[in-house]
Amino acid sequence: MPRHRFLVGVAVLSLLAAACQPSASGSPTESATGGPTGSYLERAEAGEFDGTSVQILAQWIDAEGDNFEANLTAFAERTGIDVQYEGVTDYESYLIRQVDADQAPDIAQIAQPGRMREFQGEGKLINLSEFIDTAAFEANFPSFVDLVTVDGGIYGIPYKADLKSIVWYPNAAFEDAGYTIPETWDDLVALTDEIRGTGVTPWCTSIEHGDATGWVATDWIEDILLRTAPPETYDAWVNHEIAFNDPAVLHAADLMAEIWFTEGNVYGGSTAINNTFVGDTQNPMFAEGGPDCFFHKQASWIYTFWPGYVAATETEPAVVENEPGVDSSFFYFPPIDPEFGSPVLGAGDMFMMFNDRDEVRAVIEFLATPEAAESWIATGSFVSPNLAVPEEWYSVYPASGLAEILRTATVLKFDASDLMPAEVGQRSFWDGMVDWVAADGANTEDVFAEIEASWP
Amino acid sequence: MTSPAVPIERPTDWRGLAARLAAPVGAVLAVAVMVLSLGFLADPDGPQNALIGLYNALGLTGQAEALAQEGLDPILSKAIIAVVGLAIGVGGIWLIYIGAHSVLELLGPRWLSRLVPWVFIGPALLLVGVFLVFPSITTIITSFTEGDGFIANFGFVFTDADMLIALRNNALWLVLVTGGSVIIGLVIASLVDRVRAEALAKTFIFLPLAISMAGAAVIWRFVYAWQPPQEAQIGLLNAGWTALGNEPVPWLQTPGVNTFLLILIMVWLQTGFAMVVLSAAIKGIPSEVIEAARCDGAGESRIFFRVIVPMIRGSIIVVATTIAVAVLKVFDIVYVTTGGRFETEVVANRMFNEMFLFRDLGRASALAVILFLAVIPIMIINIRNLRRQGIGA
Repeated sequence: MPRHRFLVGVAVLSLLAAACQPSASGSPTESATGGPTGSYLERAEAGEFDGTSVQILAQWIDAEGDNFEANLTAFAERTGIDVQYEGVTDYESYLIRQVDADQAPDIAQIAQPGRMREFQGEGKLINLSEFIDTAAFEANFPSFVDLVTVDGGIYGIPYKADLKSIVWYPNAAFEDAGYTIPETWDDLVALTDEIRGTGVTPWCTSIEHGDATGWVATDWIEDILLRTAPPETYDAWVNHEIAFNDPAVLHAADLMAEIWFTEGNVYGGSTAINNTFVGDTQNPMFAEGGPDCFFHKQASWIYTFWPGYVAATETEPAVVENEPGVDSSFFYFPPIDPEFGSPVLGAGDMFMMFNDRDEVRAVIEFLATPEAAESWIATGSFVSPNLAVPEEWYSVYPASGLAEILRTATVLKFDASDLMPAEVGQRSFWDGMVDWVAADGANTEDVFAEIEASWP
Repeated sequence: MTSPAVPIERPTDWRGLAARLAAPVGAVLAVAVMVLSLGFLADPDGPQNALIGLYNALGLTGQAEALAQEGLDPILSKAIIAVVGLAIGVGGIWLIYIGAHSVLELLGPRWLSRLVPWVFIGPALLLVGVFLVFPSITTIITSFTEGDGFIANFGFVFTDADMLIALRNNALWLVLVTGGSVIIGLVIASLVDRVRAEALAKTFIFLPLAISMAGAAVIWRFVYAWQPPQEAQIGLLNAGWTALGNEPVPWLQTPGVNTFLLILIMVWLQTGFAMVVLSAAIKGIPSEVIEAARCDGAGESRIFFRVIVPMIRGSIIVVATTIAVAVLKVFDIVYVTTGGRFETEVVANRMFNEMFLFRDLGRASALAVILFLAVIPIMIINIRNLRRQGIGA
């Protein structure tokens, strides 16, 4: 349906004007006939859906949940829509149970686009392109359009982006030692060798995460594959158009093995890799007697696991030791083959819509606006995939640094393991990485062949 | 059952009739109140509104307004719901039975004795039918029809490499937890029988039973924790192990050891249960029997194996079968500690993953059916044991 607005962000500004216009609430049938009553968001801002309620389900709890809810509060007060947010742990299986029982919430967050496609195939999702401004959507989320488009319809609103292609380091000690940030893969390997020569293990990495043990290693494979093969190869790999153990993937694994399995490269060796909790990986980097490792490749949220970090509460700001931007920082995981530019591996959360009511449509439209994340962005821990978000909103590190990397990326690809079928992406790929590490990388071909065989 | 002394051919005794009607009418009214309270339980604002109503009825309009303004403290609100729920649950069942019984009494003694058993087991039968028998049948049907069909679903259970490990592990769990808990429980039960601080000793052994499986798994995860060799070992087991001069071992991630360590958790949990039941059984043995054996010159170990164990055989079977059924369903311990990785998979954990992660309804149902079939022989042993003891013969 054509709409007379061209940018979601701009639309919000016009809402203030819309709020002064007479309410359209007397003619609810107009929307069904496509009458020119404005977008659902505009109608909500005009107070048309006052007194209705919309449920949103997501995996954000505690500080993250508060950050998300803070964005909704003002909206709920303005429009009178009672936005009921619920954050649950063990999220994915909970959501599946709700959906299978026909008890799906109105709107639900999901981090796995593969799961979104599954729900779409079962006819559970509402096609958002039936009512949102698709032109504006494509302009604001260019890197994510393909990801959320199924059979020509849009089924997800990208909301939160996580960048994985970054390497954290303790910058004071790093600079004191006279090291410089590596700009190429060869620089990185050379610096790794140099640090190892001083008797310090250059890297900290680990993959123990309970039921999800192994995912950190899958990120490495994916990030390196993006730097050594064209994006088409990556897509073909995700969709199983090439074998899981394609030579391109094995090549990426070999490069990774050089870093991970060279004696003295990783703190604690392969036993530590398999047995250290992902949230504790960085502890040696901040050891009291100086860093026991200098590099830690992990997504943007990891600094909330730094030793001494205390999340913000309603009254107290967050306590951050080894503060990002001051005592710890990150650099872009360098390109390998210049031919493939500066790719970025990301993940993210999107919103799906299960129940079609006017007020739910309004909330979905709101979630696609920059304002839906404004206060979370201000905390410095949130990067929006929405290009309509003004650059100056990113004033706090690390979000400012991440937004910069996102802007200069030549290719943005979504975490492959989140796109593959769960049997592979959330089981055999992870398990394979554990076996691979346990054998110090001596069984690369067997491990990848085994994962290939597990593809459903 | 009151005496049926009031003859039915005396309908003119209005007072007697009223007295007889009072109980059933009262019960029906009470059940109606209960049904209304269910609505109260379903409403999150129920306690608040009820309190406001109460204040208004008492004339405390100021209090009522204040409450409507501020809202009720969520914890207090939940506490009220919990109390009301408990009252309705326990009191309601009681009322239903009393009410049904008093209604039957109106029908006269002959009908009473015929119908009473059905009235009493009827609700239970209905609940078992709706929540147990019906889902069991649909699960069996699902395991045949969903996914890639019957052969693929069950073929997966018996051919997939991970599943073979899971089946092997379930067999290990079954033998070691059942055997371990019963034997240790029996030994402790017969030993503490002679100790002066018996109650204290038993309390300590029994305590773990009060901990949930997931809670116990979290506790033991700390016991088995691993840290790199250059750091302090926070896990009890590794602290001891390294104190002896060894390198720390990642216990939960070491195949071949980890399953046994997980089994130990459940033995720790179940021994208390075995001990309590078997201790009671041992105390039930008449002391004349033991004394007679002693007079005949039997030694202590002979008395234990030839007198005590045979005499409490029934209790041992009950304990063993109860634990065996619990073991077949084991899920929490594995899910919390290793998630079924590193060759610690068990059938129930795989069933959970197939159902809620991979969404393969056919395979998940097939696994459920396998567990169901595995429980049947244990149940048969249990029932035969009860028959032998003359219960339900």
